[in-house]
Amino acid sequence: MSSNDVVIPERQKPWINRTASVREMVAPVVIAAVLAGVLNLVTGLAGLLGYYLSFVICYVIVAAVFGLRHDKVKGVDKLASAAIVLGFATAFIPWVSILLTVIRRGWPTIYGGYFTTDMRVTAADDDLGMGGLSHALVGTVLMLLVASVISIPLGVLTAAYITEIRGRLAGFVRIMIQSMSGVPSIVAGLFIFATVVSRYKFSGIAGALALSILMLPTIARTAEEVLKLVPEEIRSASYALGASQMATTFRIILPAARSGLVTASMLGVARVAGETAPLILTSFYSAIFSLKMFGEPIGSLPMYTYQNFGVGTDTALTRAWGGALVLMVLILILFTTARLVGGRTKK
Amino acid sequence: MTIALETTPTAVPEKRKIVDRRSIGDRIFRKGVTAGAMTAFVVLSMIAALLFFRGFQIFRAFGLEFITTSRWEDVDGTVQNAQFGVAAMLLGSIIVAVIAMVVAFPFVVSSALFLEFYVPGKIKAVLVAVLDLMAAIPSIIYGLWGYLVLMPLASGWAASINKYLGWIPIFNVDFDNFEASPFVSGLVLALMILPIAMSVTREVYSRAPLDQIQAAYALGGSRWGAIRAVVIPFGRSGLVGGMLLGMGRALGETVAVLLTLNLVFEVKFQILASAGGSVASLIASRFGEASPLELKALMAAGLVLFLLTLVVNFGASTIVNRAERRVK
Repeated sequence: MSSNDVVIPERQKPWINRTASVREMVAPVVIAAVLAGVLNLVTGLAGLLGYYLSFVICYVIVAAVFGLRHDKVKGVDKLASAAIVLGFATAFIPWVSILLTVIRRGWPTIYGGYFTTDMRVTAADDDLGMGGLSHALVGTVLMLLVASVISIPLGVLTAAYITEIRGRLAGFVRIMIQSMSGVPSIVAGLFIFATVVSRYKFSGIAGALALSILMLPTIARTAEEVLKLVPEEIRSASYALGASQMATTFRIILPAARSGLVTASMLGVARVAGETAPLILTSFYSAIFSLKMFGEPIGSLPMYTYQNFGVGTDTALTRAWGGALVLMVLILILFTTARLVGGRTKK
Repeated sequence: MTIALETTPTAVPEKRKIVDRRSIGDRIFRKGVTAGAMTAFVVLSMIAALLFFRGFQIFRAFGLEFITTSRWEDVDGTVQNAQFGVAAMLLGSIIVAVIAMVVAFPFVVSSALFLEFYVPGKIKAVLVAVLDLMAAIPSIIYGLWGYLVLMPLASGWAASINKYLGWIPIFNVDFDNFEASPFVSGLVLALMILPIAMSVTREVYSRAPLDQIQAAYALGGSRWGAIRAVVIPFGRSGLVGGMLLGMGRALGETVAVLLTLNLVFEVKFQILASAGGSVASLIASRFGEASPLELKALMAAGLVLFLLTLVVNFGASTIVNRAERRVK
């Protein structure tokens, strides 16, 4: 290394604390936990939530006192930090509760036949070892497939218009996509009901169309982000070699962004997999296993859950949670796949 | 420098013709992509036009009363004997969305700050992925959870709020039923809009100028000092935009509200009472047994909801875009 090399140090992010000792972080937590336990026993703040509430109060005070040992600035800093950390932790509690509830309440429904039988001979109130949701699962998968076939090409075209064509209307298209992502799902359902269902009855295809409306903006926006990441040099190189814009887009740009586009599509699918409102108005619900997408209602996981919730008895409610559990797992799989595929590109 | 003149002049090659006209294939390609990109515009205008035409009879019959009155009666399927008005539902939608915003606000700010300035990069990536997943939890699951887990707890909280703060008009109730109130629905919606509002806010916070943060530290400021003096003023418009985007979501939410709110056709401001309104839930709940005339009224209600969310979302994305452009 010659002496001319100037080492430019990386810019430091000053909020990353490299000197915080473990003791300094743990001590307030322990003290607050003990104090909260005392409060929990002697005051009206009983139960788990009461304990948490008293812990929150104690922790903020204890943290501030710890800071005040140094000076006022440090005291305010500790107080604010405690509030921020606890704000995040508190926001997380309901989600943990949702996940646990879905698993705990939905688990009893799962048995071997749950995925192979439908509800044609089983009432919502029958014992849990009977019937299943094969009809709902297949309906959801079919509708998602058809919706993807419609929305993925259109979404990618929309993104390609903004990043490749770069036409005058790029700003307008982006605004339209943003507005479309805000369309309430029930309105999309109402629209398909008025155009398709009122003429051709409830059908899986109507459900798929409603879902494709809701899916398009997610795919278009994510795809736009992905296509923007393709280096400009690749485009220039392709044009310099005499390739047409069509060849550049289809044979260079889109393949380069392939895994990102897969991620965009998966996120779009995951986003609409659990939509219930539009399906009430479009595909409705059928308890019978069927692959027919035209002319008759078809089952779906959200509608299975909604329908069983409507029945309201204990067994039916458990079935509703079972549907919710399967739906969650489906979305989790879609999401994880999207992340894995997307993550591979960056390396 | 005169050498060049002595050489014999060589033939100057003719200028190549530069073609800047696109080939036929490319022109077709560009037209095709442009047409595809217009889908969003076409769908949006079709939704607006169709709902307007389907609901036209209602708008003509009731005019502004459709928005200012709140009776919803369909006697025999004729316009003469019917009365449709969405005032209570529209106001209910807004009340529930505002409750959701007020409840979510402190958590949006603290979570965004926490993720950006308090956790190390690796844990942050995991948490962001988890939050993305939370944003994808279907509304029916939020609804189920809200009805069966949250409602028993929240109606207890509502009872104690009413007991101690009942002298404030909005916390007053006519009779002691705290279930299925706008308060409960608002809590569920607060949870649902948190991920989207937070990710927008975090995005803007992450672009807070590093120089100024370093300067704040250099002047002896603490972490909170830097956040208060630099990050929060910088991210204010992003925060507003994110909250508005969340509000747009909350206004259009159907199933989670349907499961946790008791729809009543009466304009009320008592947020703890078991009576509220929501346009989206009205459509889903009345749809099944609606006569052709009532269906038209629901289409008209759908148009009102569509326009309302369009305005809120448009405002939100304008603010967010401006906040993000300012940084670049």
